[in-house]
Amino acid sequence: MNARTLPYLLILPVTLFLCVFFIYPFVLVAQLAFTQGDGFTLANFREVVGYWKFPISLKNTLLLAAIVVPIQLALSLAMATMVSKMEKGRDLVLYVWTIPLGISDLAAGIIWLAIFEQSGFLNSMMSGMGLIDKPISLLTYEHPWVIFIAIALAEIWRATAIMLVILVAGMGLIPKEYYEAAEVFGASPWKRFLKITLPMLRPSLQTALVLRVILAFEVFAVVIALGGSLFPVLMAETYAYQFDLLNSGAAAAIALIILAISIGFTLIILRLLRVPKGATI
Amino acid sequence: MTAVTPDVAHADVRKSGRFLFRAAIVFLCAWVLVPIYFLLINTLSSPETVNAFPKSFIPEFDMGSLTFFANFAGMLTALKNSVIVACLTMVLSIAFGAPAGYALSRFDFRGKELFRVLILLTRAFPLPLLALPLAVLFIRTGLDDTLLGLALVHTTLAIPFAVLITFSLFSGIPIELEEAAWTLGCTRFTAFTKVVLPLIAPGIAASAIFAFVISWNEVFAAAVLTIQNRTLPAFLLQSLGTSPLHLKFAGGFILVVPALVFIFAVRKYLFAMWGIANR
Repeated sequence: MNARTLPYLLILPVTLFLCVFFIYPFVLVAQLAFTQGDGFTLANFREVVGYWKFPISLKNTLLLAAIVVPIQLALSLAMATMVSKMEKGRDLVLYVWTIPLGISDLAAGIIWLAIFEQSGFLNSMMSGMGLIDKPISLLTYEHPWVIFIAIALAEIWRATAIMLVILVAGMGLIPKEYYEAAEVFGASPWKRFLKITLPMLRPSLQTALVLRVILAFEVFAVVIALGGSLFPVLMAETYAYQFDLLNSGAAAAIALIILAISIGFTLIILRLLRVPKGATI
Repeated sequence: MTAVTPDVAHADVRKSGRFLFRAAIVFLCAWVLVPIYFLLINTLSSPETVNAFPKSFIPEFDMGSLTFFANFAGMLTALKNSVIVACLTMVLSIAFGAPAGYALSRFDFRGKELFRVLILLTRAFPLPLLALPLAVLFIRTGLDDTLLGLALVHTTLAIPFAVLITFSLFSGIPIELEEAAWTLGCTRFTAFTKVVLPLIAPGIAASAIFAFVISWNEVFAAAVLTIQNRTLPAFLLQSLGTSPLHLKFAGGFILVVPALVFIFAVRKYLFAMWGIANR
């Protein structure tokens, strides 16, 4: 076998696989969304957008992403900087901090349910400190903001690790000489962070944010575990259309809307953090 | 004498700075570990204790909740299904992904950039949504509600990672090693199996484990594509509204355990893959 055809033979299986299970389903989902009975129609979209729950779930999804992602960005930057300054115990701390990477959103939801449910650990702590006499039910429709906080905390707890891993890897690529030079010229640690780390980290920040924002729009099991139907989000609506209402056309329409939002934000992030040509490490 | 004072003050600032730094690290470790510990307490308590108030902060080491979990109708089957799907995903994603990773690291060919874009694109899409049209497609092909069908969808999720990890692994092995083997009479294939494969086996195992975790954790596609043959996350999700607390916590804990082990096993490779993938 010669070296000209071999690479194509090697990538052929994965390419075929992705054509069948990645590209073709997208064609199908678009087809499902734009048809009802026969012929092209926007009826599915009109139905989905016109439903009273749609504006709420759109607002909830966007609000959750808008609160969670910036906190995660700051937190993962701080954690990555700390790790880069550590000498002893670096591996152990990194292991602990990356544990949530392997934990599913459903498990994370259940973990935070153990804290927030009525007989849970938050109530136990508050009564132990004498703040309350008897347990209060926190995750009910009377306190929508508690549900929101619980979901946001669970998301921050679970999904900061993926950004941390990407940023730690990115920081490892920044040459040490830059920092040494800046120190010689008397730049403070904060200034070094602003003028060296952040700009040099741009490709990693791009990857981390794109990945994280897309996952944020897919938020689903955490919400179901903690809020049930009290906190509607887009992905849960998709699930409800598919299963409870058995309307796969409408489910496909919401799926396309989630997809459009994801692509929109991906493009914005890529544009905002674009890496000038020839400026890579 | 006067010159000493600022030095002392400076040392004080540095000392308290170092203390703050350590405190922050300890706090963040606790932030990750304490919620998992709470889940552990609930799992190792009897069902009565789980529903009682207030909670003790020390586990009582009662197997009641776990026994209840194991005896709950359909739970062990769901657990078995999860393991099967995850293993299938592991095998499929490496079988499809590793050759592509090798091709990317060793050859320059036309369309290489296009192929990389395709791989990167799959990461930039909300992939679980693919389950919706595939549910229809699978009914037509007889793959509906089968473990293989679900494993194929999970493989789509895991493949970009498998390709990128193996790409970075193969790139770390000098091509000179292979060339030396060729001059000593190996064919391209035997050089690969005798020289490259032994060097790369641990890394391949790590990326296989990563594929396993991706499948093990996936909820949405699993819930959409299976009805009778539920995986554990899908089963738990479906019964969230009706199941008692101790069942939820025991189930959640069973979901978490492999994560702890696997992240420990692949920790060396977590960073390498992103370092290369960023460029």
